[in-house]
Amino acid sequence: MISLEAIKNAVQSWLQLHIGGTLALVAESILLGILVITLFAVLGLLLVFMERKVSAVMQIRLGPNRVGPKGWLQTSADTLKLMLKEGLTPDGADRFLFNLAPFMIMIAAMLIMAPIAFAKNFQIWDINIGVLYISSVASISVIAILMAGWSSNNKYSLLGAMRSGAQIISYELSAGVAVITMIILTGSLSVNDIIASQENGWWIFKGHIPAIIAFIIFMIAVTAETNRAPFDLAEAESELTAGFHTEYSGMKFALFFLAEYINIFIVCAVAAILFLGGWMPLHIGNWQAFNHVMDYIPSSIWFFGKTFLLIGLIMWFRWTFPRLRIDQLLNLEWKYLLPISLLNMLLMTIVAILKWYL
Amino acid sequence: MGTIALLILTIAAIIFSAGGILVSRLFTKGSINTQKGQPYECGIPTTGTPWSQFHVGYYLYAIVFLLFDVELVFMYPWAVVVQKIGFPALIEMIFFIMILFIGFLYAHKKGALKWM
Repeated sequence: MISLEAIKNAVQSWLQLHIGGTLALVAESILLGILVITLFAVLGLLLVFMERKVSAVMQIRLGPNRVGPKGWLQTSADTLKLMLKEGLTPDGADRFLFNLAPFMIMIAAMLIMAPIAFAKNFQIWDINIGVLYISSVASISVIAILMAGWSSNNKYSLLGAMRSGAQIISYELSAGVAVITMIILTGSLSVNDIIASQENGWWIFKGHIPAIIAFIIFMIAVTAETNRAPFDLAEAESELTAGFHTEYSGMKFALFFLAEYINIFIVCAVAAILFLGGWMPLHIGNWQAFNHVMDYIPSSIWFFGKTFLLIGLIMWFRWTFPRLRIDQLLNLEWKYLLPISLLNMLLMTIVAILKWYL
Repeated sequence: MGTIALLILTIAAIIFSAGGILVSRLFTKGSINTQKGQPYECGIPTTGTPWSQFHVGYYLYAIVFLLFDVELVFMYPWAVVVQKIGFPALIEMIFFIMILFIGFLYAHKKGALKWM
């Protein structure tokens, strides 16, 4: 059976054999760079297309269906169109910050990829504080958003960026507490250990009610953190034009748009790792036959399947709930989600200490 | 891959963004127009500067966020070892959260968490 791990090992040994030493490391680094760039481009195109198709299904219409078979080339055509547009900088803008912001947001999105395990033994960097690393790097994107809004010299941009900043830092708290709730169970911050601890059942099944509450809180918080509807106040079209990227055009706008979708992928991957077992196949107790069949499905398919399931959930939210007002949004976080998640964390501590989870 | 992965990822991100912007610059032709550089404001001429005072609420939320963010940083190492230590760690954490919650209640009482 071909797995990503086998391909990686084959490439590594081939490089060691034919090039060897330092040059092999350099070649590996270049390959890694090409791989992540390709992953970014493919994910961006795929997720934008998926968003449009999902919204079409929700509204009982066809969605994009002209460019390519069943509209599959629609997003490529959109990217091409954006590439042909002039990327202009407004007159009064802070030129340096204005041009730096798209780079910042892409670097932040790219750096979070490092500790995510895409398949069994297939990870860019097996860091022992993986989850802490993810939550710390994820907060860099707030700076990029504030930078973009502030430097645009536009009132809509500034308002959008301020709202976005307040919203992201608020919901980061309950997302962080939900993550800590799961770390109490696993006793490790390493992504590999967290996945390995779910071999005999995913945490959402093993962790009883506190894990389910933590999962719900985490999904709400990351929906808000990625500025998705119903929490898309930062770019509420009807009141703020496009929020912090009102003044961006052409490729710079495309980078913001891409980073938004990559962030959705990353938060869903983190949720899949923490609650749904990452690349672990679904096992039911001692039902050997079923477990063996599940083991035959490659681990990468499990990981991407779970991640895309959660992405579908977030896209479903968008067409189900109406947009909140800013005071309702902040009240939801500070008066409900944060106290509930803290109490839930203490409850989970009791469950973990008494070993009720096995 | 060790810490070098971070360097590679950063360079990959820069190449990806810069490549996109530079390639698009090859294909586009800029035209100069006095109206074009104006900030977008529904088509009417722009008045005043956006770099002015904004609502103090955002600032207060950021301060309260700081309170809980520091708490979170302390919680990460605690969460890793709490299963080994057991109930003493839980009681300590309850006290820690209570002390922080007093700060939160103070901010709430002062109206920092009320919009407008």
